[in-house]
Amino acid sequence: MDHSVKSLLQESDGNIVKAARDWQLQNDIHAKSAEELDAYMHEVLGVMRDSTVKGMRSDLRSVSGLTGGNAYKLMTAVEAGKTAGGSLLGRIAARALGVAEYNAAMGRIVAAPTAGACGILPAVLITLQEEYGYTDDQLVDALYVAGAFGLVIATRASISGAQGGCQAECGSAAAMAAAAIVYLKGGSAEQSADACSFALMNLMGLVCDPVKGLVEVPCVFRNVGAISVALTAADMALSGIVCPIPCDEVIDAMRQVGDAMPSSLRETGEGGCAGCPSMCR
Amino acid sequence: MNLFDIIGPVMIGPSSSHTAGAARIGRVTRMLLGEEVKKAEILFHGSFAKTWEGHGADRAVIGGLLGLAVADERMRMSRELAAEKGMEYTIAPTNLRDAHPNTVIITATGMTGKQVKVQAASVGGGSIFVQYLNDMEVGFSGERTTLIIQHRDTPGAIAQVSQMLAWAQMNIATMRVFREDKGGRAVMALELDSVPEDKLLMSLRSMDAFANVTLLTKL
Ligand code: SF4
Repeated sequence: MDHSVKSLLQESDGNIVKAARDWQLQNDIHAKSAEELDAYMHEVLGVMRDSTVKGMRSDLRSVSGLTGGNAYKLMTAVEAGKTAGGSLLGRIAARALGVAEYNAAMGRIVAAPTAGACGILPAVLITLQEEYGYTDDQLVDALYVAGAFGLVIATRASISGAQGGCQAECGSAAAMAAAAIVYLKGGSAEQSADACSFALMNLMGLVCDPVKGLVEVPCVFRNVGAISVALTAADMALSGIVCPIPCDEVIDAMRQVGDAMPSSLRETGEGGCAGCPSMCR
Repeated sequence: MNLFDIIGPVMIGPSSSHTAGAARIGRVTRMLLGEEVKKAEILFHGSFAKTWEGHGADRAVIGGLLGLAVADERMRMSRELAAEKGMEYTIAPTNLRDAHPNTVIITATGMTGKQVKVQAASVGGGSIFVQYLNDMEVGFSGERTTLIIQHRDTPGAIAQVSQMLAWAQMNIATMRVFREDKGGRAVMALELDSVPEDKLLMSLRSMDAFANVTLLTKL
């Protein structure tokens, strides 16, 4: 299941959670039982939840001082009804920002798939739980779904900004989250794949351009954009829209785009946002 | 790569290679020293030299030297912790030739005056690679349980170790031997499938040929 979405869908027979768990049991030498894997996933979910809370502090500051405290601002504005996007989107956005800022402040987070993109999955899962009342077990299953798609992306393309640009980090995380949302909302495995494709399409070409080489600007703000992509990609799939391009081909295209990116746009801190005059002082 | 490399690891931010990897390098140095660190000289090379402050690589290395686990939330407070425990340190950038862009050199002195010098690189995703041990070229990651034996290059030294491990019913997964020159300093790095008991470590340490025996448990 790790090298194509096609084989993931075929082998899983519609049950991606089971396929992902079985795959891990076969391929991870440390994995002893399905219960042990689930226990680890629950632990991961716990760290994710904790980071959504700790990232919300108003006095949070990163080591460099570039970011921190913005999630609090956004959440306050959302709660006061001052934002345009509505409550659900606003809360997910604020939490994504918070977890990303907590990461920049040397907080404890889950790299999903990387530290730079760590805000996206927790924000989506925890807020959907708040909104729709999913159990922790359901969220853990959604993490398996996200992981299965992430693994295919990592194998066929990349999840590293230095290799494939930010499409590989925030793009992959959005795609994984989109597939997970479809799963939670009761969509089919095929719809999860479509959601994954839609998200990747929307973030394809995104460059990696961290200011001063630090995982902060634009990273923390990109986690926010990525959740809106994840949400809308999932909604399209859930409505029955079928992506015209097979998911594997979208992933391969993303790889080719990554290969074509100049090194100045792959985590070297030279081009893009990193090259803006006021950021180079 | 497996599922838990995608959903995980749990780590202290902001960067797996600059923060988590740096903490691991500190930790491995502490283990190789084998006692509490009293003084450390830390040199950052390459991209570490440019971004160590913003990524908190200094705090991560110090936390590792203090023995904190890689995902310990006290990592960001490690400088304060070092002050409390009386661990002194200096930090400076350096420029090495032919080194990995994320390289750290640590010279650590222990409570008893024992010293160790480690050059290691953070190679991505929080993984590390130790390149030099006390100025001798080596190569191990510490990703699995690893036995590091520093010894003099003498005939039979390797046989002795494998014999003793066999008696203890320990399986060697991989083994690499490094040496300066014939009859000179040598280092064995053995990755094991299980964790050896203290008894075995003690008998290895009692052997005259082995100057130093360290067990690197999974970092
Ligand atoms: S811009 Fe680069 S460093 Fe920042 S999140 Fe994206 S891929 Fe990671």
